Amino acid sequence: MVISVASGKGGTGKTTVAVGLAIVTGRAQLLDCDVEEPNAHLFLHPRLTERTPVTILVPEVDAERCSHCGRCAEACQFHAIAVMAKQVLVFPELCHGCGACALACPEDAIREVPREVGAVESGKAGKIGFVHGRLNVGEPMATPVIRAVKAHLDSRRLTIIDAAPGTACPVVEAVKGSDFCLLVTEPTPFGLSDLRLAVEVMEKMRLPCGVLINRSGEGDGQIEEFCESRGLPLLGRIPFSRAIAEAYAHGQHPIYALPRLGRRLEEILERTLDCARGGRR
Amino acid sequence: MKELVVISGKGGTGKTTILASFAALAGRSVLADCDVDAPDLYLLLHPEISEQEEFRAGKLAVIDADRCTRCGRCLEVCRFEAITPDLNVETLNCEGCGACRVVCPAEAAELVERTAGDWFQGQAKYGPMVYARLRPAEENSGKLVALVRKEARAQAERDGIGLLLTDGPPGIGCPVIATLGNADMALIVTEPTPAGVHDLERALALCRHFRVPAIVCVNKFDLNPGLEAKIHEFCAEFQIAVTQSIPFDESVTKAIQQGVPLVEFGHGPASRAVAGVWREVQRRLMEEIRI
Repeated sequence: MVISVASGKGGTGKTTVAVGLAIVTGRAQLLDCDVEEPNAHLFLHPRLTERTPVTILVPEVDAERCSHCGRCAEACQFHAIAVMAKQVLVFPELCHGCGACALACPEDAIREVPREVGAVESGKAGKIGFVHGRLNVGEPMATPVIRAVKAHLDSRRLTIIDAAPGTACPVVEAVKGSDFCLLVTEPTPFGLSDLRLAVEVMEKMRLPCGVLINRSGEGDGQIEEFCESRGLPLLGRIPFSRAIAEAYAHGQHPIYALPRLGRRLEEILERTLDCARGGRR
Repeated sequence: MKELVVISGKGGTGKTTILASFAALAGRSVLADCDVDAPDLYLLLHPEISEQEEFRAGKLAVIDADRCTRCGRCLEVCRFEAITPDLNVETLNCEGCGACRVVCPAEAAELVERTAGDWFQGQAKYGPMVYARLRPAEENSGKLVALVRKEARAQAERDGIGLLLTDGPPGIGCPVIATLGNADMALIVTEPTPAGVHDLERALALCRHFRVPAIVCVNKFDLNPGLEAKIHEFCAEFQIAVTQSIPFDESVTKAIQQGVPLVEFGHGPASRAVAGVWREVQRRLMEEIRI
């Protein structure tokens, strides 16, 4: 079973929830797929025992063989390769590693070589299996690193995925293949607007999802109304609390500062698993 | 024209709250929301939209079933699992690279343009505003960000406005890189939490990488004053200016609930601090500091 935790808006509490769920199970696998800003390890404190570089294949042109026909540049949709009269320029940071240039080359002059864009680290925190990815600073493309994290997915256990914020390709890559997605929101117009966008992503992916209101309080009504209108299950609430914010700020998972939060997260996990098993919305 | 971009690395540190207040304090500026995944600035500034256009970018493979000879070459070469075993295109996985088209012997694979988002232009109370929204699960957010900034700059030029305030997305990937390039200054909003600090370091590295002068502001500083002090130390070590800090204040959420910039909502502790941050940022922006 794979449960992903996502949100349109950043800072709604995805990581707190994902790590909290992993802690209450005591033995799940946690994949931190927010490779631009991986933070789950800061709260789970896993012992990282393995590090594997993530590479994508980029073209290397053999000047001897190249006839400057320009087919590679024509084939490349990302403007990562330009053919001049006497030389071929490659812009590795634009390259998606698709291999179209090599396929298009009639002279067999393009060899693909690995280029590091990030790394995957894995280890354990107690019985919790932990994997996260780290995009190198200055690299634009997160998806290859996310894919590499997800390659560690252990289908025999409950896996929790912490996704990046947003609604674009990094989120799609992270939540793809999950059984259910838990959308964390906050009861403000920002939270609602971004939740609406996140739900559109889930609908497009045909991924069943439910909602968790973090910093719950006064504004909950707008979120409840939205969930009802879309037939989305409201799976729980975490109250607005300065104590939670302070625990978090001190690098402590709030579950240890507020024991009743653990009980709440257990209930949220139960409901989420129920929904996931039913595959219902 | 000077452009200030507000970024954070970590999401939810207060970028939009701070930028909307800057807009109110600046009086008149051009406003750009480059968080095209989840644009929220319009919820505080309520621009009246005068123009709206589709944003076309990127390609999508389509396979003409009539021409397809079912040889399966496309499936062999696709590195993104975008061709299903029965040789259909999985739209969500397709990067539009066209490797399938290169190898298709029957000319059955084609690339078509995709509509990746929509962008909007209008007038807000404090100046012209440009923002955009990526369509759900689409790619090319970096290009859409570049478009928003280009349009915002053109608008500033047309109206003779000397200041562009740009709200950035979280993260450090492609849309953030597109937001940062050639900006005059980046304000990095962080919070004194381990995640905030971790992401601040990465955001600073990104600014260095793209040679954009950075200045740091600690929001919700009283959640962990010890860590706030560490941020100051860390920044001093790298000679990065830090503005005054902003306290944790429930009126921030209330201002968002009301849909107004914090400084317009009231004069609580956070509101006063944001005004102080603005004075400092404005001064430095005019001095054109370099890192």
